[in-house]
Amino acid sequence: MTKAWLLAAAAAMALSGAAEAKTLKWGAAREIASLDPYSFGETFTLSVLNHVYEGLVRYTGDLKIEPALAESWETVSPTVWRFKLRQGVKFHNGNSFTADDVIASLERVTHETSPLKGNLPAYKSSKKVDDYTVEIEVNGPYPLLLNDLTNIFIFDKEWMEANNSLLPTDSGKGVKGYATDNANGTGPFSVESRRADSKTVYVKNPAWWDKPQHNIDRIEFTPITSASTRVAALLSGEIDFTNVAPLQDLPRLSASPDVKVLQTNELRSVFFAFNLKDSLFESDVKDKNPLKDIRVREALYRAIDIDAVQKRAMRGLSRNTGALVAPAIPGYEPSQDVRLPFDLDGAKKLLAAAGYPNGFSFQFNCQSDSLVNEEEFCQAVASMWSRAGLKPNLSLAPRSQQAPKRVKGDFDVISFGWANEPMIDAYSLLVQVLRSRSGTGGVFNWGNWGDPRIDALIDKAGVELDTPKRIAMMQEALKIAKAEHLFVPLHQQPMAWAMRSTVANTVQASDNKPRLWLTTMK
Amino acid sequence: MLAEKIRPAETAPRQPGRLRRFLDSDIGWSFRTTPAAWLSALVLALLVLTAILAPLIAPQNPYDLSQIFIDKAEIPPIWQDGGEWPFLLGTDPQGRDVLSAILYGSRVSLIIGFAAVIVSMLVGVSIGLAAGFYGGRIDNLLMRLGDTVLSIPTLLMAILVSAIFREMLPPSLREPFAAVVLVLSIALTSWVQYARTVRALTMVERRKEYVLAARIIRVPASRIMARHILPNTMTPVLVAATLNLGLAILSEATLSFLGVGMPITQPSLGTLIRIGNQYLFSGSWWLVVFPSLQLGLIVLSVNLLGDWLRDALNPKLR
Amino acid sequence: MPAFLLKRLINAAGVMLAVAFIAFLIFRFVGDPVELMLNEQASQQQRDELRVRLGLDKGFVLQFATFVGNAVRGDFGISYRNQQEVFTLIAERFPATFELVLVATFLSLAVGIPLGVYTAIRRDSVLARTLEFVSVLGVSLPSFALGILFILVFSVSLQWLPAFGRGEIVQIGWWSTGFLTPSGRKALILPSITLSLFQITLVMRLVRAEMLETMRTDFIRFARARGLPARAVHFGHALRNCLMPVITVTGLQIGNLIAFALVTETVFQWPGMGMLFVQAVTFVDIPVMAAYLIVVSFIFVSLNTLVDLTYAWVDPRLRDDALTGAANAR
Repeated sequence: MTKAWLLAAAAAMALSGAAEAKTLKWGAAREIASLDPYSFGETFTLSVLNHVYEGLVRYTGDLKIEPALAESWETVSPTVWRFKLRQGVKFHNGNSFTADDVIASLERVTHETSPLKGNLPAYKSSKKVDDYTVEIEVNGPYPLLLNDLTNIFIFDKEWMEANNSLLPTDSGKGVKGYATDNANGTGPFSVESRRADSKTVYVKNPAWWDKPQHNIDRIEFTPITSASTRVAALLSGEIDFTNVAPLQDLPRLSASPDVKVLQTNELRSVFFAFNLKDSLFESDVKDKNPLKDIRVREALYRAIDIDAVQKRAMRGLSRNTGALVAPAIPGYEPSQDVRLPFDLDGAKKLLAAAGYPNGFSFQFNCQSDSLVNEEEFCQAVASMWSRAGLKPNLSLAPRSQQAPKRVKGDFDVISFGWANEPMIDAYSLLVQVLRSRSGTGGVFNWGNWGDPRIDALIDKAGVELDTPKRIAMMQEALKIAKAEHLFVPLHQQPMAWAMRSTVANTVQASDNKPRLWLTTMK
Repeated sequence: MLAEKIRPAETAPRQPGRLRRFLDSDIGWSFRTTPAAWLSALVLALLVLTAILAPLIAPQNPYDLSQIFIDKAEIPPIWQDGGEWPFLLGTDPQGRDVLSAILYGSRVSLIIGFAAVIVSMLVGVSIGLAAGFYGGRIDNLLMRLGDTVLSIPTLLMAILVSAIFREMLPPSLREPFAAVVLVLSIALTSWVQYARTVRALTMVERRKEYVLAARIIRVPASRIMARHILPNTMTPVLVAATLNLGLAILSEATLSFLGVGMPITQPSLGTLIRIGNQYLFSGSWWLVVFPSLQLGLIVLSVNLLGDWLRDALNPKLR
Repeated sequence: MPAFLLKRLINAAGVMLAVAFIAFLIFRFVGDPVELMLNEQASQQQRDELRVRLGLDKGFVLQFATFVGNAVRGDFGISYRNQQEVFTLIAERFPATFELVLVATFLSLAVGIPLGVYTAIRRDSVLARTLEFVSVLGVSLPSFALGILFILVFSVSLQWLPAFGRGEIVQIGWWSTGFLTPSGRKALILPSITLSLFQITLVMRLVRAEMLETMRTDFIRFARARGLPARAVHFGHALRNCLMPVITVTGLQIGNLIAFALVTETVFQWPGMGMLFVQAVTFVDIPVMAAYLIVVSFIFVSLNTLVDLTYAWVDPRLRDDALTGAANAR
């Protein structure tokens, strides 16, 4: 090759690039943990990496499951699923996608050192039928395998072998994995360069198997943790798009002629949960737990002026709810989505009837960096409760400080948000949060709030393959939880994206995941 | 300290008490004739007084949740459109009165600042006295300890010490003790300066004849140090303390701004600025501007006083 | 001299060991990484397994020995948060912090020295008085509040300068620099001014004090008496005489600037070591916290030792009285 030829090629590339390359500068609220999707079971990291890696199935813009790397599937028996794989798919390095890649990926994600193991709880084994057919065996009848698979991304086996990455990175060994900094997926974009906490560049994958609906050539991803700096950057055109626009800045952003705001409600439902153990964690009532009295829980419910919370703390953007799951989640019932009215006097009467006319003190644990405007709504509710005569002792700190207390059960009331992801099914909330603790069930049952009737329904629904029957069981369980006021529902939290007018069109689904492969630019 | 001394002057100027003596002394003359000194003393006195009296003069108790109504959220200062009595400086997104929050926040900042200076002074002076008086191994050990503390940048050290202390407390005690943790982490990073000063002066004093005489008649070491040596070291220590007060208040604000200081439920000025910073673009400028001004004013007046004191007590500069 | 050299080096090593111990205490006692590393759905058993794999169940002394041994080899393990090698993480971000500190140091000298000289020779002029007041103001305003103010004025209102980041950077070997592109240079302006303000006032006050002191000395009086022009006296004699302490203090302050950069970096989202550290603190990413402490202290201690040695070399009288940390009164 001559030097002149190289120069000419470079010039030609530069020219064509200048002519039409469309770059989307994405300012996110934080950095993704790693380029390895199996390193950290965290929704945002997975949603970004979904641009590079893909699963066997995926969600559409309106959250229906559709084929991705698998073209079709069937259940051979109640515990064996057979997937027909898409042919002619290439990884970014040019390797072909086959059954071996699927099996190697499933083995990697379910390995005992994998932090993502819990995302595929039913997996037992997998086997290759032919190059484009795979069978997955599950532990028992399990209705939600497809939902789980949407977030199990497929790696290239040869690439993992070549780079000694067949097993997930083990933090305990202190050795960095190759996949942490390098990526090789089948997705619509490939990673061009990565500088963590500064800039990661994704470029269009010209050989993507799907017909692209986007016209983006390049994504420059920059984390900007400070909300006000992010807003400044968007207003000044330093970024084109952010998936976390602070609620308080939406009016200002919308007022700018160059910026538009996309705003809707998330799948995540927010509620308050109680310590229902035998005694309170921190209270002037020592001998018993007032929260075990349903009248007290109802009083706490009725004391919340939800409209004030919605209007002020949530800036009019949250959706008030009486249900524990969002409308888009299977298991939701409109008849259950009715709140107890705000009734301060009623709350005081209930407290008096329960034997606490002067209220009692309790610890109220919220996190400052977890839910949308959590600081704001927790403070607002704390002041509403204190007007009902209660003495909430608000503890408000970042997740890293609060999480250990919450997990240990060191609280009396906590704020809690559950999106039911990646399952997008109420079973997620039921089995992980509402279920009494046993085995893998009730991992999040921090306050001992189980109910044997609910447990029985959950266990039945977990092996029921008939969808209508399964949903009816889940609805029944949610109905009991609501009647008992096990939780006090608050709202579905708002989500807001903001973009410059250079971004023509995008799809904002209620799972709050940016899908730039469905985004076009001017 | 000086600040409080000048107030009685207005009410009872004719009594030839300690104040009179102070004002007539060299230092007093310098104080009276340096506008920066008495002006900043006056401002500081005012700020300290309003902070101490916050529960009496603040329109609202920002800690009492039942007084806070979210319907009153984000009201602008009274002179702007939409301003509302009694929220002179407006309200925050919770409906908390900004003026009250600043008064209570100043109280937190000042208490932590003073406490940190006093603790670090006590620690530093004791270590310095012990090192200078006993010399030898004790001296060596204590001064090496000081070297180590100085080889870590103070801000970094304060962040780390506060992180360690916080983690050593059981989770439920972390918030109630946040102020104590801050005091200790600031104090433990700033005692060395006192220790070195006092050590050097002690080494000079202990060779003097009156100390030797006292030792011969078997006066206990602790008494010699307290009665004879300590008073001679007080002037430079007080100057250093005044200058360090400003730094301590700033350190506290910086830690709280970074999110490792006072929690949002007991906000100091730094916490208020951090919260206000989130609303920088939503138009609620008063949330960040007023606490910043208050913090700047406090530290500025402390620093001006400290500068004056240092110069006034330094014969070289006269 | 060799004995002094040895003594200083042993001293520095002792200090570093003490720092390593503090770093280890953090490593051992701060936060529960297990909670943060694991997925929301992890079971108790998985949590216990991870604890064992991280070595959090072993004895105290053994853990410390392993820690020091690894640290000496530059092996700080991998970050809990993003599973990258901590050493690489810090090395990647070092250039950003270094360039920021470098520019801030340059600014502090370029602005601080002339102002100091001016306020010393025109002691009683109105401008000098004003400058002195402004210098007190400079040490009284918290740098984060100043940074926020700058962003509000220059980025949001006037839209002259970027509000965050380093702009376009150029990679030269493992070093990344923002000096070579217009946007990189532009991005440096606000953060470096914010970082240097404190330093400017420090240099200015130091120069002023030194100048005033020097001008009282006999050799200046003699120079005046010889009829040399004021200019020559001020700059040729007085200023030259007080440059040594200024350079020393500036050198010693670099460690503090690196530490203080973490505030500036947080405000301007500058992707340097300080931001890495602040993020590590919020995530309780202990290996990164510990490594940052050791790296910054190492720079700090090395600079101090170097300054000490140079001084001792220049002026043998000082060999008994080490200067360590004399400038760390911030």
